[in-house]
Amino acid sequence: MWQFVLRRCLLMIPIFVVVSIIIFSLIHIVPGTPIDNLIGPGMTKAHEQQLVEKYDLDKPIPIQYFIWFKKMLHGDLGRSIIEKRPVTELLLHHLPYSLSLGLTAIVLSFVLGVSMGIISAAAKNTIFDHLAMLVALFGVTIPAFWLGLILILIFAVWLPWFPISGSGTLMSLVLPAITVGLGGAGLIARVTRVSMLEVASKDFIVMLHAKGLGKKAILLKHILRNALIPVITILGLRIGWVLGGTVTIEIVFGRPGLGQLLITGLFRRDYPVIQGAMLVLAMGIMMGTFLADILYAFTDPRVRDQHN
Amino acid sequence: MKNEGCFQRLTMENIQTSENIKPPANRWLRRVKKIKSNMAGLIGVIIITGLIFIAVTADFISPYSYKEQDLDIMNSPPSMDHFMGTDEFGRDVFSRILHGSRISVYVGVVSVGLSVFIGVILGALAGYYGGWLDQCLSIVTDLTWSMPEILVALLLVAVVGAGIECVIIAIALTYWAQYARLIRGQILMLKNEIYVEATRSLGATDFTILFKHLFPNAIAPVIVAATIGIGQAIVLEATLGFLGMGAQPPMPSWGAMMSNGTAYLFISPWVIVFPGLAMMITVFGFNLFGDALVDIMDIREDTLK
Repeated sequence: MWQFVLRRCLLMIPIFVVVSIIIFSLIHIVPGTPIDNLIGPGMTKAHEQQLVEKYDLDKPIPIQYFIWFKKMLHGDLGRSIIEKRPVTELLLHHLPYSLSLGLTAIVLSFVLGVSMGIISAAAKNTIFDHLAMLVALFGVTIPAFWLGLILILIFAVWLPWFPISGSGTLMSLVLPAITVGLGGAGLIARVTRVSMLEVASKDFIVMLHAKGLGKKAILLKHILRNALIPVITILGLRIGWVLGGTVTIEIVFGRPGLGQLLITGLFRRDYPVIQGAMLVLAMGIMMGTFLADILYAFTDPRVRDQHN
Repeated sequence: MKNEGCFQRLTMENIQTSENIKPPANRWLRRVKKIKSNMAGLIGVIIITGLIFIAVTADFISPYSYKEQDLDIMNSPPSMDHFMGTDEFGRDVFSRILHGSRISVYVGVVSVGLSVFIGVILGALAGYYGGWLDQCLSIVTDLTWSMPEILVALLLVAVVGAGIECVIIAIALTYWAQYARLIRGQILMLKNEIYVEATRSLGATDFTILFKHLFPNAIAPVIVAATIGIGQAIVLEATLGFLGMGAQPPMPSWGAMMSNGTAYLFISPWVIVFPGLAMMITVFGFNLFGDALVDIMDIREDTLK
């Protein structure tokens, strides 16, 4: 088992390198340079040249990449060209806001989604089932940023229960977390329902019924436990989806997270910031899929044995 | 003979009573008939048809022009004259939503069409020939699949630039891998079927086998995914528009309308509420129709994952 974990860990290294190359090269295809934003009136060509050299923008792109990668291994992601602060410092400042929002949203979508899935599967084809699935479908179809705006309108403007924006208190986390979490909850509810119904039709469940085990015990102990395996996989694979969701939602709620850093970076063409933010987001996604794989191996003996 | 597809077993009985065997109805015709009995699918079809109708006739059915400003009635709430209210320039929100449907439909259909075109060709070739093409495709699809769409699209818009054509290209490049993955799996499954071998032994070229024989059998899940994909693309376009990277003014797009409306959220919430509702109904329609297609085309749900 540990061998599997180790091997999976090692696999992340080449993926990381490839991702970093893609991010780097994509950004450098963008027409225009960050220097364009820095040039003010009264600046000479010599000044411009000096700036270009300072940020290594005159070197070929592969060389720029190697310089960047080498520095990154030492924890140095360069300096923001516009804000003139180290990117690592900026990232560390913004990361906690995204992390808290992302984690709350994931927990929320898991709890909400699995509960809706259980209700739906247990009461198949009843009004509860249809209702839960309708909510799930809405969760998937509602554009997240619009939901965020509507929640602000209802629960912050009309009913002043939560702050409109900001990030200081725990209360300010509620609305954004619901906004991001609802989409994930819809997806998880649908997967849980399908998976539970599939497990429920297996022979060993029939056997448990025949043995006289209570319905509740079968549902929660046997069906749910087996049905959760694909749910965990989906959750892990969709961590990226949650992170993507936080990017827009941070703009809606004015949370100073990675998303806001990334979007302002994109508008100002601040290369080091974009690269840093994208890299951190990509690493979050990689960690998500990694955790999902490991959890998957732990929960499913068939996968575990395959690797032993 | 129940619903066993278009194959009939050639037994002696069948041959003897061959006048009873009807030629199998066209499978597309059968599918059209099937949708009539599918309530959710029917609602989906109605929504989509309505949307297309609105997009085509927006110039004739909208009560006001989408760009005509009337600063006397800025931010006025829904009333008899403007039943969805007016925005910060006094423009009629309802008329702008009707016109905005054009961009949504255009971006949704064209970008998904483009990504299906790229994805299907590359995916089919990769599935059929395997080898290095397949390896490369697998790496790219795995990478794009795990990246959040909005991040990929944002990066691509940053590369190709803002504006509607660029958004279409960005969305197409974001989505194509998922269709490639789908069709590749289908082709892999089908290419060892006996009928393929039979066709090959009759002297058919790879091209004929792939595009004439395998393709019609492999395309159904892609059609379903693309239907739902149009809805997703419309949301993605609106999200990009909301972040200020979509269609440029004065062209009304639902995303841009909401983006401008955020500043006036407290004064005139209707500017945000109605475009969002329009978008939700649209996406809902494409999802219902896509879900119904799964039943209608007899696709196993797990092929879509």
